[in-house]
Amino acid sequence: MHDKSYMQITVLSGKGGTGKTTFTASFAKLLQKKVVIDCDVDAANLHLLLNPEIIMEKEYYGGRKAEIDLLKCTDCGLCENLCRFQAIKELKVDPISCEGCGLCVRACPENAISFELKKSGVYFRGNLEDKSEFYYAKLFPGEGNSGKLVSEIKKEATGFITEETEWILVDGPPGIGCPVNASLAGTDYVVLVTEPTLAGLHDLKRLIDLLNTFKYRYGIIVNKYDLNEDITKEIIDITEKTDTALLGLMPFHEDFVHSLQQGKTIVEYNPAKWRRTESG
Amino acid sequence: MIISVASGKGGTGKTTVATCLAAAIENAVYMDCDVEEPNGHILLHPEFYSKTPSQKMLPKIDYVKCTFCGKCVEVCEYNALINLKTEIMLFDGMCHGCGACTYFCPEKAITEVAKTIGYVREGASRINNIQFYDGVLNIGEEMAAPLIKSVKAKIDIDKTTIIDSPPGTSCSMVESVKDSDFCILVTESTPFGLHDLQLAIEVLKIIDMPYGVVINKYDKSFVEMEDYFDRNGIEVLLKIPFDRKIAESYSKGILPIINFPEFKNEFVLLYNRIKEKLEMENVDA
Repeated sequence: MHDKSYMQITVLSGKGGTGKTTFTASFAKLLQKKVVIDCDVDAANLHLLLNPEIIMEKEYYGGRKAEIDLLKCTDCGLCENLCRFQAIKELKVDPISCEGCGLCVRACPENAISFELKKSGVYFRGNLEDKSEFYYAKLFPGEGNSGKLVSEIKKEATGFITEETEWILVDGPPGIGCPVNASLAGTDYVVLVTEPTLAGLHDLKRLIDLLNTFKYRYGIIVNKYDLNEDITKEIIDITEKTDTALLGLMPFHEDFVHSLQQGKTIVEYNPAKWRRTESG
Repeated sequence: MIISVASGKGGTGKTTVATCLAAAIENAVYMDCDVEEPNGHILLHPEFYSKTPSQKMLPKIDYVKCTFCGKCVEVCEYNALINLKTEIMLFDGMCHGCGACTYFCPEKAITEVAKTIGYVREGASRINNIQFYDGVLNIGEEMAAPLIKSVKAKIDIDKTTIIDSPPGTSCSMVESVKDSDFCILVTESTPFGLHDLQLAIEVLKIIDMPYGVVINKYDKSFVEMEDYFDRNGIEVLLKIPFDRKIAESYSKGILPIINFPEFKNEFVLLYNRIKEKLEMENVDA
């Protein structure tokens, strides 16, 4: 047992575009006393639906980048030989290939390589309609260290947890790599949003393997369940065999696209139809 | 020629576009660089004939030589090593395999051992004889970029290669699309699609790569997107209207151009348009 008062729910999918953000946004509308964090720092979208009022913007420094000072460089070639990321060619460091390991910086006999911290993104703190805390980030294009940025915004956000807080709601990134692991840290329950396509199922299984490896609890929502009822049945079979909660089956419905086009959550767009389903 | 297919937002139809395009070109090579969640094989049904491990190097401490001086910990920018005075502890997932610890250890107590992070698979699809490659990252591995490099090492520049990129705009997307001749960005007619497309375009501008847009699940009533293209003079190469039949075909792992041959022609035209664009650019340059 832990003594914290809140539960952290993280929404993931493996495959992109299955409906993570659509569902997270609806959960955000339905839950009270919450902190909401968009951890898809590559391509954050949740703010487009929740329209937070931004109250703070902070710069993110993800790591350092090497840069050669040609006035000091004697062209000995050591840095180019040592770099394992093929980032140095003809006395120039390619900032996209440089992973900021600093090997060249420390090894250079002329101290000709600088190693400045580089701004690689920004993150925002905002308030939602009901005054609850909201965080999202923008990693600059092509930057690495997305997992580190996820950890940083989560750390920042948890600073605003009070005794009142009941929910931490995290919208996760696609995939199974480093930003997913960073999003999962501290999670009490994972909501998996999948779709009944062979690709959706394939990616779901890989993600479930990851969750089992790190012993996270999870339940599954099948979005667009009527697109392929055979695969939906296969997913339901998996939940029954593994004693996993089937949290919901959502139909393939035009309201989902139309509500998005208007920048609304599905529960706002057509409350009579969708509100009950989502809170159930 | 190398054409990469990327999107920013996930689930817009990258894999559908990349596989259909590969199937519409003679003697194409398809390469799935979405190593966290590779799906191209589901649509192309390749017969695999090889599977090669992709490895990264991790430090191994020789405790007979180690004096626990802490130099390795000091030079590790990724905080992957901790000095416990009786042991140097390594966090595998954080190690980039840069070799700094090995290089600076004053006692020469560090050697490196290879760790398999995933596999590069090679095969052939019966569909138009596509040569097939993909990368499959092992569950629990965090870093996709080294595996993407291993997949791309198989590129034969004499062949037309279609690269299927992971979603997003960070290092693994850049690793996948860089060195391509052209990038197709696949979007959808929603605010999410438009927002993430703009981010992806920023990346391509930074790496100075020519690109064009394919709109999947196209809905002309989403005027914000039309306005954006008009204002910025962005060329739309292909519009694929929303069609439940295509979605159902995809769900079963059937390449849409097999059930809907009229669709194939669209991709032949797409390829020709890209070729023309590149030829014109070469003339200009």
